[in-house]
Amino acid sequence: MRPYAYVRAGDIDGAVATLAEAPNAAFLAGGTNLVDLMKLGVETPDVLVDVRRLTLDRVEDLEEGGLRIGAAVPNSVLAADRKIRTRYPALSQALLAGASGQLRNVATTGGNLLQRTRCVYFYDTTTPCNKRVPGSGCSAKEGHNKNHAVLGASEHCVATHPSDMAVAMMALDAFVNVRGPEGERRIPIEELHRLPGDEPQRDTILEHGELITSVDLPPLVFLSNSKYRKVRERASYAFALVSVAAALEVEDGVVREVRIALGGMAHKPWRATKAEEALKGEPANAANFRAAADIELEDAEPLRDNAFKVPLARNVITRTLLELSEER
Amino acid sequence: MDAEITLKVDGTEYRFVADTRTTLLDALRERLGKTSPKKGCDHGQCGACTVLLDGRRANSCLALAVAYDESEIVTAEGLAENGDLHPMQRAFVEHDGYQCGYCTPGQIVSAVGMIEEAVAGWPSHVTEDPNLEEIALDDEEIRERMSGNLCRCAAYANIVPAIREVSKR
Repeated sequence: MRPYAYVRAGDIDGAVATLAEAPNAAFLAGGTNLVDLMKLGVETPDVLVDVRRLTLDRVEDLEEGGLRIGAAVPNSVLAADRKIRTRYPALSQALLAGASGQLRNVATTGGNLLQRTRCVYFYDTTTPCNKRVPGSGCSAKEGHNKNHAVLGASEHCVATHPSDMAVAMMALDAFVNVRGPEGERRIPIEELHRLPGDEPQRDTILEHGELITSVDLPPLVFLSNSKYRKVRERASYAFALVSVAAALEVEDGVVREVRIALGGMAHKPWRATKAEEALKGEPANAANFRAAADIELEDAEPLRDNAFKVPLARNVITRTLLELSEER
Repeated sequence: MDAEITLKVDGTEYRFVADTRTTLLDALRERLGKTSPKKGCDHGQCGACTVLLDGRRANSCLALAVAYDESEIVTAEGLAENGDLHPMQRAFVEHDGYQCGYCTPGQIVSAVGMIEEAVAGWPSHVTEDPNLEEIALDDEEIRERMSGNLCRCAAYANIVPAIREVSKR
């Protein structure tokens, strides 16, 4: 591992200022992904600014009725939170479908959002990877790409975003609160992560020095009728091939509100806005759910090894929406 | 860069100077001679390095020692009290919950932490009704909650009954 200076800042502004001054510095929270990447030589910061004990570490009620999740809340604590479980069940389910008990105890909310792709070529420093070394090429495009993106990829990168939690937050209309050298800003979660385009090294729109301080969930009652379904190659402790987070409100058999987000499909958690629009005001039934999924997946461009993700995603979307429509 | 680090391990406080790159696992094994946490994959995938870190199970291979200055750590060795094996250690012996034994300290610490999580009412991926206050640890729950601990001898057939026995107490 490359040597680095370890800094524990006294407060959030101090941490942001320290990082902003050092172009090759990184924030450290739980470290479950970053420390691993540093061991492998994928990440090589020269300064680590430890923020684990700085940001909010609990779930709080917001005045307007939603919930605020501190960036330092461990994944396990968030998944077990009673308010999350009853009002935003898809989020608890997504967290419990990811990683292991040990990792969830340490991994934080902010860190989970900022974890890097698990593309094997990104991790293997002996192979070209535009995300790791911009301009070096993409090994996955013609390589083993079963786990890779079918939506929104570019010629430079076909990696997927690995988070389960972020997919659920996307379907729950979350906002991400960020503190940076220029002050605070509030980012709708669908704008946080980027598609690769010609800058696959940038996973998010965050600028150097910006720190996620919390995530807000909105006070929408129908989000209590939400669900996360994940398909993976093992029963436990594996990343998603395809996952779906959805929330649904049906009145007199007609879809009033619907939110759908997909995991394992793209460089970012994928909000299925086309499917949502196709469903609003339509009868809530299997045929319509399937047709809406097909509309969303029309633009899919599978690679050699992952054409299965398209029908899989369609079936998982349909099944999840059906279950949500039957439970109310 | 070196840093001075204080850790309380299995009830004893240690102060030492280490490179900031030192993981908690390496600090325990190489600096403090606490060799019950094992280095398996060193990437957080196998669970052989599991310790209780400020009361919760964690992979010590992915934790930087400097980041856990002033923390309290319990290893498998520290579970025994006054020379008496912890009930989980006894259950692993009685059920023959191992073959080569390399993953065993991590399995045992993880199982102890896992039962505490269930007692606190934390649901898992397989919990059917996550709103129940009491979690019943059946075999499916135990397998899911222990999925961060791999046993390459595949002694799971005896590990699961050992954990089940202790969880029923």
